[in-house]
Amino acid sequence: MAFEPRIVGFLCNWCSYTGADLAGTSRIKYPPNVRVIRTMCSARIRPSFVLKALAEGADGVLICGCHPGDCHYSEGNYKTLRRQVLLKRLVAGYGIEPERVRLEWVSASEGQRFAEVVADMTERIRRLGPSRVEMLPSTRRAG
Amino acid sequence: MGRTITIDPITRLEGHGRIEIFLDDAGGVSDCYFQIPELRGFERFVVGRPIEEVPRIVTRICGVCPASHHLAGSKAVDGCFGGVIAPAAVKLREAYYCAHFLHSHIAHFYALAAPDFICGPDAAPAERNILGVVARVGLEIGRQVIEARATAQEIQAVLGGRKRNVCWCTPGGVSKGLSEEERAGLKPMAASLMEFARFSVRLFKDAVLSQSRWVEAILRGPYTLAIGHMGLVDEVGAVAFYDGTVRVVDCEGSELARFAPLDYARILAEHVEPWTYLKFPYLRARGWRGFVEGPDSPIYGAGPLARLNVAEAMATPEAEAARQELFAVAGGRPSGAMLAHHWARLVEMLYAAERLVMLVADPELSSPEFRVLPERITGEGVGIVEAMRGTLIHHYTCDDQGICTGANLIVGTTHNNAPIQMVTKKVAIALIRPGVTPDAALLDRIEMAFRAFDPCYSCATHSLPGAMPLVARLHRGGRVVAELRRDG
Amino acid sequence: MNGDKLKIALYWGAACGGCDVAVLDTDEFVLELAAEADILFWPIAVDGKYEDIRALPDGALDATLFSGAVRNAENEDVAHLLREKSQVLIALGSCSAFGGIPGLANAVTREEILERVYLDNPSIELGNRTVPRTRVPVNGTELELPAFYPRVWRLSDVVDVDYLVPGCPPAPERVQEVLAALVSGTLPPRGAVVGAAEKALCEECRRRKADKRVARFVRPWEIVPDPESCLLEQGLPCAGPATRGGCGARCPDINQACRGCYGPPPGVQDQGATLVGAWASVIEAKTVEEAETAFAGLPDVLGIAHRFTLPASLLQRSCR
Ligand code: SF4
Ligand code: SF4
Ligand code: SF4
Ligand code: FES
Repeated sequence: MAFEPRIVGFLCNWCSYTGADLAGTSRIKYPPNVRVIRTMCSARIRPSFVLKALAEGADGVLICGCHPGDCHYSEGNYKTLRRQVLLKRLVAGYGIEPERVRLEWVSASEGQRFAEVVADMTERIRRLGPSRVEMLPSTRRAG
Repeated sequence: MGRTITIDPITRLEGHGRIEIFLDDAGGVSDCYFQIPELRGFERFVVGRPIEEVPRIVTRICGVCPASHHLAGSKAVDGCFGGVIAPAAVKLREAYYCAHFLHSHIAHFYALAAPDFICGPDAAPAERNILGVVARVGLEIGRQVIEARATAQEIQAVLGGRKRNVCWCTPGGVSKGLSEEERAGLKPMAASLMEFARFSVRLFKDAVLSQSRWVEAILRGPYTLAIGHMGLVDEVGAVAFYDGTVRVVDCEGSELARFAPLDYARILAEHVEPWTYLKFPYLRARGWRGFVEGPDSPIYGAGPLARLNVAEAMATPEAEAARQELFAVAGGRPSGAMLAHHWARLVEMLYAAERLVMLVADPELSSPEFRVLPERITGEGVGIVEAMRGTLIHHYTCDDQGICTGANLIVGTTHNNAPIQMVTKKVAIALIRPGVTPDAALLDRIEMAFRAFDPCYSCATHSLPGAMPLVARLHRGGRVVAELRRDG
Repeated sequence: MNGDKLKIALYWGAACGGCDVAVLDTDEFVLELAAEADILFWPIAVDGKYEDIRALPDGALDATLFSGAVRNAENEDVAHLLREKSQVLIALGSCSAFGGIPGLANAVTREEILERVYLDNPSIELGNRTVPRTRVPVNGTELELPAFYPRVWRLSDVVDVDYLVPGCPPAPERVQEVLAALVSGTLPPRGAVVGAAEKALCEECRRRKADKRVARFVRPWEIVPDPESCLLEQGLPCAGPATRGGCGARCPDINQACRGCYGPPPGVQDQGATLVGAWASVIEAKTVEEAETAFAGLPDVLGIAHRFTLPASLLQRSCR
């Protein structure tokens, strides 16, 4: 039985979402494993969003923002980058492979690059296998 | 006998200590088990944490003596950093610890031990509590007890920040020093505790030692054990609380071991029984041979009496005089009279107060050099202090980044696990005879036995000293024939 | 309840006893409480019998204060029993409210704990293979021990809880407020966090905040912090920004960074995630390498950011 990774992608509106859109309109082929959520800026993606995605069964979380210097809110993507380093450590503390959480810069013109990132991440997570986060009932009370 | 009590399927709810007594065909005791149902696993979950964080975590082993765990842990961490520490910090920590001892010993003696001794075992159960004690000795004294305990707490707060949240020690020292004004303020407080300790010793003499039946009960009967004793001593062999060498003697007083903290695992070993979560330490060289007494027994106890038993002296004059008096009455050192733990606790109260008075008089206590920054990570440390209830061992290792790679803990009450099993069985044998129906008095007597050790299963695992919900079940021929509960 | 004395109980699950001591540390107030209420069950101070509790009709207790986490079958059974018997169930302390320090065990497995405690440590008997078991045959019968669960739960995971009193332990003054409100019937509507502030700890911390960036995080043993200014701005990972106020900033007062024992402030579900954001906001880094360097002094994010709240976090436990 083939394992199909489920990846949640958080994409900033100004660059990355446009880039992903371009990949679509240019009919660039890439795996359909990413469910995309659009945010105004990568900085809007709070660490808790990523943890929530993992807690609810995502095998991976992809965060995409504008290239350094290009953030439409000037510093948002630096903020994202700093958080990302700690977030990966936090996730590793839970025994989750840090590669399951990935940050990439994708500009509005990089449709091709977006497709490559998705293909690469899907492949890596396919190799890691399904997330071991059990979708625990949030309590142990008998139903 | 012969009454069969059906065990409710949730009988296992019955608290954190449970005694199962097995009777032989004749109705005598064949076996006895004291079970501890708790385990939390600190030894494993501190692994992976930065080593300097561990003393802030282990304080939650026990809410009664968090300071003991904090200090033992901090000493182990100092060891992981090459053992450097500011000299003033050693004194500050020791002063803190003296206040902690005083606070704990006062609470134990007046709230837990005194009801047995001062009200007497024949007093109505409803009267055998701290209020009963106050009724006998007078309201004024009751107030003094509360004040003294509060003073001891306040000293800890002045030194180490607000009470009940110890996070004061840090590698190489403490996080906050003491100002000259603060030190001046501590002097009258220490002096008042000195007075109170003297008073407590007098009270014990007047109320207890004056009665020959008490002296008899303490020194003879089922409450005595022929086992070894363990405790910390300083360079001249006097009782030490904060730092020293560990000494072990057998029941006749011959030295069996004297070791530096790092050697503890060479001397001590822990035996596991499948029916309790609490382990049984013993002397490794002698091998585990079950719960046996005698000069060649591998079993030893810890705590106030054991500390006095292993030491040559108390380091301060009034405590030394009190110590000599104790052993004169007890018929020499060491004493196997477990009830004498209470008396030893009072001797220690004097020592802690005298030592505290000395320390707060020392200007070094308010030195601004209360911390040195460690320069290298050496990776291993064993911190041993005497906790109120016995020798407390914290052993940590860390990697070259200072991340904890291993932890091993042996706490005071764990050392007393085997002695408590043994004394419980002895009392049961003494009281349960063929043809005699055991009654609630049995539990009172058993309780007196282990109360002497002031066991803290919160430390060892869980519940607090002296007020443990207790149930004893008597089994015969595979059935429960009686179930007894401690009556308050 | 008018006229009648309140009937209350206090119990501990997987706890250290510090919460009970915090109740005792309200000093004279304990005596007032004893005058206003019948304390039917309190293992630390009052001799209580489970059978008396079992014999009560459901809801007969006006309130129970439950400290400690749920670590084993016994803790869970008692939680159910006391829930049935109590009108109001209060989780007292961070173990009960969030899992607390015992909840750090959720970073490891049950087997790892048993192995370390009973099989693999320097003082264990040579060659020991014995590990405690829930049922052990002796003398023709069986001795039982409560099952040690694979993980730690907070109280609200196993029963409905009406109030949370955070803190490890809660400050005695705060405990007193809660008990006084209980006695006078002035607790807020159910579901509230009581005995704590509605703002983050930084608001009540006396240290000076300068909105300053830090070059790098440091381990507590690397620096002697300035006694006046914010510890986080000196590079110490302080949990104050994502910790509920109420303790009076006990730790920063003695030059130690907060470790978050009061749990998350209002509106924050995952204390660790919020701390990640707060800590990341004080460094300057513009590249991953720079950020790694700046965070070298913060190696154990999980163990600091969720020191007291791991079982209450979004991911709850390690999945190793
Ligand atoms: S919350 Fe803290 S003080 Fe209370 S029981 Fe838990 S560890 Fe002890
Ligand atoms: S971060 Fe810590 S030290 Fe700074 S203000 Fe907040 S609580 Fe105080
Ligand atoms: S400062 Fe933080 S860790 Fe310290 S008592 Fe207050 S909330 Fe708890
Ligand atoms: S707008 Fe794209 S990262 Fe900020």
